[in-house]
Amino acid sequence: MSVSVMIPTALRSYADGNASIDCSGATVGEVLGSLTDQYAGLSKHLRTGEGKLRSFVNVYLGDEDIRFLDGEDTPVQDGATLTIVPSIAGGAA
Amino acid sequence: MNDITRELPELDNDEINRYSRHLILPNVGMEGQRKLKGSSVLCVGTGGLGSPLALYLAAAGVGRIGLVDFDVVDASNLQRQIIHGTAWVGKSKVESAKARIADLNPHVQVDVYEEPLNSENALQILAPYDVIVDGTDNFPTRYLVNDACVLLGKPNVYGSIFRFEGQASVFNHEDGPCYRCLYEEPPPPGLVPSCAEGGVLGILPGIIGVIQATEIVKILLGIGTTLSGRLMLYDALNMNFRELKLRKNPKCVICGDNPTVTELIDYNQFCGVPSADEGARPTDVATEDEGFARLSVAEIKAKLDGGWQPFVLDVRKPHEADIVKLGFADALIPHEEVGAHLAEIPKDREILVHCKMGGRSAKAAKVLADAGYTSVTNMEGGITGWAKEIDLSLPTY
Repeated sequence: MSVSVMIPTALRSYADGNASIDCSGATVGEVLGSLTDQYAGLSKHLRTGEGKLRSFVNVYLGDEDIRFLDGEDTPVQDGATLTIVPSIAGGAA
Repeated sequence: MNDITRELPELDNDEINRYSRHLILPNVGMEGQRKLKGSSVLCVGTGGLGSPLALYLAAAGVGRIGLVDFDVVDASNLQRQIIHGTAWVGKSKVESAKARIADLNPHVQVDVYEEPLNSENALQILAPYDVIVDGTDNFPTRYLVNDACVLLGKPNVYGSIFRFEGQASVFNHEDGPCYRCLYEEPPPPGLVPSCAEGGVLGILPGIIGVIQATEIVKILLGIGTTLSGRLMLYDALNMNFRELKLRKNPKCVICGDNPTVTELIDYNQFCGVPSADEGARPTDVATEDEGFARLSVAEIKAKLDGGWQPFVLDVRKPHEADIVKLGFADALIPHEEVGAHLAEIPKDREILVHCKMGGRSAKAAKVLADAGYTSVTNMEGGITGWAKEIDLSLPTY
């Protein structure tokens, strides 16, 4: 399956500045694996040392949060879009 | 809020004239405008987000606006914090905002809280307002505002920005999700750069702040469909808005089925940030754990005047060095790349590392210490501190 992964501004410097990256995989976890295979520097920003997705990084398949689907086991369709949405704090400064 | 038993204030003739475009607008009208006059909003922060939203709320005729901020206006704020003017640089932000609002709409009552919001004062400060708007710039205050809103049962109108990108939502409204349902925990300090480090497009907080103001007015009037249960993402560079679904997390520690957070906690500790007391660390001690020294700009100046000749490493980005650099810097290597460029950094010399404020250089100093460099010093306060205290001819940014 070919899936585009949308990279947020905060993480683009770990993905050669790309806003969107084409990845492959049958599940969300496989797609993210394909992403971090291409850009190893992203890995520590997405996953903890134990390999779990970090709690301040949310992943959406289409407009649904994968935490409310089957997490990383959620199957993906060809042409789907995964969006990574980390928490950002800026506002006043 | 919108309690029909609450008597709505009357509008005088000046106000009827001022708000005429609202009064003839279906869904607002006389009753809506009186609702706005009878309502109150607390803005936490009068910075990038707080500036446009407080201006629009005041112009729209929200009767009472509370402003929480303990900062003073800095010249570098004016690129985006449009409620403040040049004449107010160096003066109180809340007083600056209050004066601007008084000029814009003298019918608005402005309450100012010139103090940091914390676990001790938050419930008391938030309690007298109908809606709370989060225009803060840091994770501890965001979690504090969220939790206080959940405990008090008040809507929390959320906005956040980074570089060219913004997020907005409405939390804790009509049984919708809260900020902790979205992000259970903050990132560790330093992993995500702040606006001061990462930069921000000046117009961006205008867009997000005005989305927040729009949501507030809708909540106060009880009209339309709010962003509750939806996260709006805005990308200024590609000019697109996207909407993601937000769900209430039944396991949320504060608004879930079995909450474990039932009172305000220590949010600095929760976010891994040193508290104000711990933050004021003595600059020349506590080097043992870290493997490098931390010296103030004054201490570094004194050592340099005494003949110290360290290898001076600037770990900012090249575009920052284009703005200003120290004349005695030996090399420029962005902090994330230091580990890959050790060959360019002499092992047989003392190393002095600096960045803009001292945060990134401390990370680089740790990398060097871990790589076996035995005499590494971090310039606390960075080139900004140097420009403010030592060489006043240098610009700050």
